[in-house]
Amino acid sequence: MNVSAPLKASDFKSDLKPVWCPGCGDYHVLLSLTKALADLERKPEEVAVISGIGCSSRIPAYLKCYGFHGVHGRSLPLGTGLKVARPDMTVIVAGGDGDGFSIGGNHFLHACRRNIDLTYIVMDNRVYGMTKGQPSPTTEPDWDSALSPGGTGLNPFHPLVIALASGANFVARAFSGDIRGTTKLISDAVNHPGFSFIQILSPCVTFRPEQKEWKSAIHAPPVEATDDPARAARRIMTDDGFNVGVLYRGDRRPYKIGDGVEHKTVADLEQEFQI
Amino acid sequence: MSANPDNEISSLSELLTHAYAIEEDAIDRYHMLGDQMEVHNNHELAKLFRDLAGHEEKHAAEIKARAETIGLMNLKSSEYKWPDTEGPELAALDEAHYRMTPWHALQMALKAETRAFEFFDHIVNTVTDPEIKKWAEEFREEEAEHVTLVERLLEKNPEPPAGWADDDDPPNLQE
Ligand SMILES: Cc1ncc(C[n+]2csc(CCOP(=O)(O)OP(=O)(O)O)c2C)c(N)n1
Ligand code: SF4
Ligand SMILES: [Mg+2]
Repeated sequence: MNVSAPLKASDFKSDLKPVWCPGCGDYHVLLSLTKALADLERKPEEVAVISGIGCSSRIPAYLKCYGFHGVHGRSLPLGTGLKVARPDMTVIVAGGDGDGFSIGGNHFLHACRRNIDLTYIVMDNRVYGMTKGQPSPTTEPDWDSALSPGGTGLNPFHPLVIALASGANFVARAFSGDIRGTTKLISDAVNHPGFSFIQILSPCVTFRPEQKEWKSAIHAPPVEATDDPARAARRIMTDDGFNVGVLYRGDRRPYKIGDGVEHKTVADLEQEFQI
Repeated sequence: MSANPDNEISSLSELLTHAYAIEEDAIDRYHMLGDQMEVHNNHELAKLFRDLAGHEEKHAAEIKARAETIGLMNLKSSEYKWPDTEGPELAALDEAHYRMTPWHALQMALKAETRAFEFFDHIVNTVTDPEIKKWAEEFREEEAEHVTLVERLLEKNPEPPAGWADDDDPPNLQE
């Protein structure tokens, strides 16, 4: 690779061939992420993409930068730890709706609350794709399948509103097929200080083939993003779930190491623990 | 949605940069689809997508050679003046299927080549600079040739009968 030439999206792709189903929305997300990293003019060694488990969570393997394919639901603690230890790095955490909102739901709340400077991308297909189509927290209550006959009847989790209520500093919705829009949203999220959250609607063509129709339901938000979380939450609660773009931009100061605590070296700590 | 159709191409270098990016992106896209088909054991389609990529490679090399003296620009993805959410000559990823046939792949290619033709056609019809217009006419001509080529291939690869996607052991079986 010529180090002086600007990097292209393809420079961020690894040699591994994705095993996603042809037609899966996650291919688009991979493309948008590589384009965003090229646009951001990051070098691969300055970026880490951390994930949990699921089809979507395979994404670090397909990227040429640092990556960690972690434990189911634990991508945010891993990303938080990395960003605190290496604040110079661009940390992007990625995964699915099951990974982030079921088993990882509690970490999601506290990551928003801590407001560490990282970007969290959830490829939301309203299903557990990898384990053959169980309903997830964002699945519609009446989605009927062999594993949930008649639907779950449960109220879906509203990740964008929960992110707002918990203190995320940047909240956006994207659609995987809108590559230009998603690329821009990822760049904006990375550039925005603090915890940025993007819900990317990313169809699972195998277990939710009806999601192919999302393409025609998508539209731009009727109004500009707000910096008032209550107003943003009210808008999101009453929209049709298909407006994509930045929905909230806050100015809460990101968490910094040493905030509110006396900074100690490892030697200081060892001294304290000596009996 | 995030389209930018009214931005006029304003220099020869910008036109060549777009023409080159169209080919480079198409190469990546066909290889991406070739990889998908290889992973899903559809080797006939994998080969077809590699062949389509090879065809674009030749075209990309020609454009690069023509751009030697004028030079190409380094544009960010948002700076390209595509009429849609990505470059015009890109086979639509969401139309891929693990059991797709050559007819499906060629239909994807036909749409992509037609969009590329329309992209240059729009420039020819809207640009005021005669030099840019002349080059855009040449690129439009080349895309028209590609459309004809794909149409000829489609004559040899007719539409498969209904049921082409049937699978005795489908991946979405929920046990
Ligand atoms: C601790 C643990 N519990 C359960 C599983 C099984 N499991 C693997 S992926 C997954 C859900 C994946 O769904 P999602 O995060 O939405 O990803 P998708 O496959 O839809 O992209 C589950 C429950 C696991 N791997 N580890
Ligand atoms: S099962 Fe669904 S989410 Fe998983 S790769 Fe296939 S289409 Fe994508
Ligand atoms: Mg999922």
